[in-house]
Amino acid sequence: MSAQHIVRSFDKELDYLAKKIAEMGKHARHMVERSISAIVQDDSFLADRVIAEDIVLDEAERDIDEKAILIIALRQPMAVDLREIVGTIRMSADLERIGDMGKNIAKRVAAMTEIRQSASFYKNLEAFASLALRQLDEVLDAYAKQSLERIDAVREHDDEIDAMYTSLFRELLSYMVEYPSNITVCTHLLFCAKNIERIGDHATNIAETVHYILTGYYPLSERPKDDQTYEVGLDKKRIFQKNV
Amino acid sequence: MNPELSIKMRGLDVKVFYDSNQALHGITLSILENNVTALIGPSGCGKSTFLRCLNRMNDTIEGARVTGHVFLDEEDIYDSSLDVVELRSRVGMVFQKPNPFPKSIYENVAYGPRIHGLARSRLELDEIVEKSLLKAGLFNEIKDRLHDAGTGLSGGQQQRLCIARAIAVSPEVILMDEPCSALDPIATARIEELIDDLRKNYTIVIVTHSMQQAARVSQFTAMFHLGTLIEFGATETIFTSPKEQRTQDYITGRFG
Amino acid sequence: MSKLLKHRDIRLKQRYRAEAFFRSCGLFAISLGVFFLLVLLYSVFSQGVSAFWQTSLTLSVKLDAKIIDPEGRRANDPQIICIADYPRLLRNALAEELGVSLDDLVSLREVSRMFSFGAGSQLRDLVVKNPQLIGTSQKLTFLAASHVDSVFKGQVNLSVSETKRKLSNKQLEWMKKLAYEGILHKTFNFGFFIFSASSRPEMSGLGVALIGSFYMMFIVLLCSLPIGVAAAVYLEEYAGRNRFTDLIEVNINNLAAVPSIIFGLLGLVVFIHFLGLPRSSSLVGGLVLTLMTFPTIIIATRSALRAVSPSIRLAALGLGASKTQTVFQHVIPLAIPGILTGTILGLAHALGETAPLLLIGMVAFVANYPVSPMDPATAVPVQIYMWANEAERAFVERTFCAIIVLLMFLALMNIAAVLLRNRFERRF
Repeated sequence: MSAQHIVRSFDKELDYLAKKIAEMGKHARHMVERSISAIVQDDSFLADRVIAEDIVLDEAERDIDEKAILIIALRQPMAVDLREIVGTIRMSADLERIGDMGKNIAKRVAAMTEIRQSASFYKNLEAFASLALRQLDEVLDAYAKQSLERIDAVREHDDEIDAMYTSLFRELLSYMVEYPSNITVCTHLLFCAKNIERIGDHATNIAETVHYILTGYYPLSERPKDDQTYEVGLDKKRIFQKNV
Repeated sequence: MNPELSIKMRGLDVKVFYDSNQALHGITLSILENNVTALIGPSGCGKSTFLRCLNRMNDTIEGARVTGHVFLDEEDIYDSSLDVVELRSRVGMVFQKPNPFPKSIYENVAYGPRIHGLARSRLELDEIVEKSLLKAGLFNEIKDRLHDAGTGLSGGQQQRLCIARAIAVSPEVILMDEPCSALDPIATARIEELIDDLRKNYTIVIVTHSMQQAARVSQFTAMFHLGTLIEFGATETIFTSPKEQRTQDYITGRFG
Repeated sequence: MSKLLKHRDIRLKQRYRAEAFFRSCGLFAISLGVFFLLVLLYSVFSQGVSAFWQTSLTLSVKLDAKIIDPEGRRANDPQIICIADYPRLLRNALAEELGVSLDDLVSLREVSRMFSFGAGSQLRDLVVKNPQLIGTSQKLTFLAASHVDSVFKGQVNLSVSETKRKLSNKQLEWMKKLAYEGILHKTFNFGFFIFSASSRPEMSGLGVALIGSFYMMFIVLLCSLPIGVAAAVYLEEYAGRNRFTDLIEVNINNLAAVPSIIFGLLGLVVFIHFLGLPRSSSLVGGLVLTLMTFPTIIIATRSALRAVSPSIRLAALGLGASKTQTVFQHVIPLAIPGILTGTILGLAHALGETAPLLLIGMVAFVANYPVSPMDPATAVPVQIYMWANEAERAFVERTFCAIIVLLMFLALMNIAAVLLRNRFERRF
């Protein structure tokens, strides 16, 4: 942001919102990270803690909403300030959803304990999760530094996530076809993968919001949003070709 | 800009000097017909000076000198062919402080039509007065008090009386110099509603210090700073994502 | 808790003391002013009020044809009635009343000193107008002599020896008798407002001075109001601000401060010597006072115009009114209370002005009423000045009485100024 406001308490309030977003980002990231490691290490204790911590994000989102509405009512923000505040509301919603995703993943730990697989079985899921989390880190960092170039770079990376999701989908599908006993665990993992893919989408949403805050308009080109999984089932041959 | 919009007034390289001080540094700005154009900017930025150029009110200030051109329907108002009295009958003005004449409400409104000879009979004059008061949204409030003093009305009513008085001479353009700065929020809201109504028949230029007001009533906004035009554009654009840093800083309250 | 209510030393006591000191100073100044005003009013009224009443004699006078027209020729020669010895008729009537024999010439002389010289003329005018009254008896009221008047009002110290008094002990006895019988009494002194200058105090009045003052006020109003207002409107509304108008402004302000006697000299040189207007006339007096008044009117009008809110001018101009329409339809009507107040105060100032009138010869003994402003006249303050130079007790009384009249006129004009201002301001 350029110069300071004449009313300095206004700056403080905006700073508070930005700090709160950064905290929420950190917390959401931490939740997702730990939910994944709970799955990999079959740590139901860790999973329970992740589930319990979701309330922190819910409260933070409510706090940001209240503060933002108060600022709008009291300060009547204009232009970049208004975009910043509205953007903050949207980002906090996205981050809260990311936290929910982490919680959903953590909830599956209990169901998967019985049918525990070897650690290598989860390797690709872990890699996928770390890619999504890198996106999230990048977007939050870019927001903190108000860097438009890095934001646009984040958006470019979104198709990598989609591609990786599609390949993970195929992999799990092929496991199920191979050994029907894997169906339970693979279905759970598919949902986890879906959740991680949604995290990537939310990160992209945040990137778009930050772009709007910085420029006043949304990114022009429609980004390649879709993963390719809806095609996978239609093309059984390809699965068999790959796995048989 | 939208080709349907026609230009009602146009300033071309307007410079104003007060003695040796230059108040405006070459303003070129178009006022679009049947739209409200808001002039914003910090105090002393020249927005009121520019407004006064549009009906040559600067002529009344001693030591003021105007160069450049201001066109009203392609007619240069600083050209000697257009008399200033005729100009002011076509470009009316409403001032910051409500300033009704210390006469009756009726006389206040009837004064303009009377000096310009717009009514041929008493009946016609009555009709003009009633219509103007109706348009200004004041008639129903004061129809039983037409012959009471105009100065006895409330501040907001006085300002609407001044608007009715300006309308009574059937101007094409109405200039408003901070018309709500002396009014409470309810009176302000009434005036803003009135401005929106009047837009159908008149072209309005309003100077305001209130960003919110400019945002609420205008379709176009011009941002002035230090006697220059910083930015002109659709009001939505100016108030959500202005192009110029100085506009941004001003409307978000960051002027240092 | 006392720690919370920390009393800081903000010099409250000193501040209140200073305020009380200033208040008492102001109160003292005002009471001093009021005291002197009361002293002035008391001295003027105590000495002047009595002149509103004049001692008169009311008695039945026999219009004896033998005395008026001893040879019976009045049918042929009407002049006889005019030159008849009317004082003798009065003297005889009074002598009869007092029981003085018509042969006692010494006493008769003293009797005839009891009434005013003017009483004879009063009787003459009556008879000339109505010759058929000759031979009848008429109940008449006529003025007593001025020293009778003074004694009757108790203004003369009667303890001094008889030789040093104007009235003998015998006359005092007569006065007591007449007063007891109701013949000698006080009447309202209409003559004071009607009579012209006279060397006899009971016969002199403010008549000529009032007419002269009226003419002059009329001329001042007629000349200085339009000229002053026009000049002020031009300077304030039309003239641009440049070195020339600044010069004029400075000069007008200076003109208002010029001593009035200099205006008198100016009038003497310009109006009398150069233009050849008649000396002592109220025309010249009025013109001189006009010169003196109109800077005041210009200044008052300009400040009244300046006090009209500029927003009114802008409103009218913004509607497309021309400069002249704005000035005449909005600014001047709003300035009228101020203009009128200034004008009336200027007039009041002019009414009380003496010095310039002395120089143009208005300090004169004028016995004839001025018919037109071209005739010689005096003014009320000049009359006061002239009477103040007289020694007689009755003139002193008249001097103060004239001051009362002048003060009353000034008060009336000031009240008129206030009323006019209120009236015009209350319009809206």
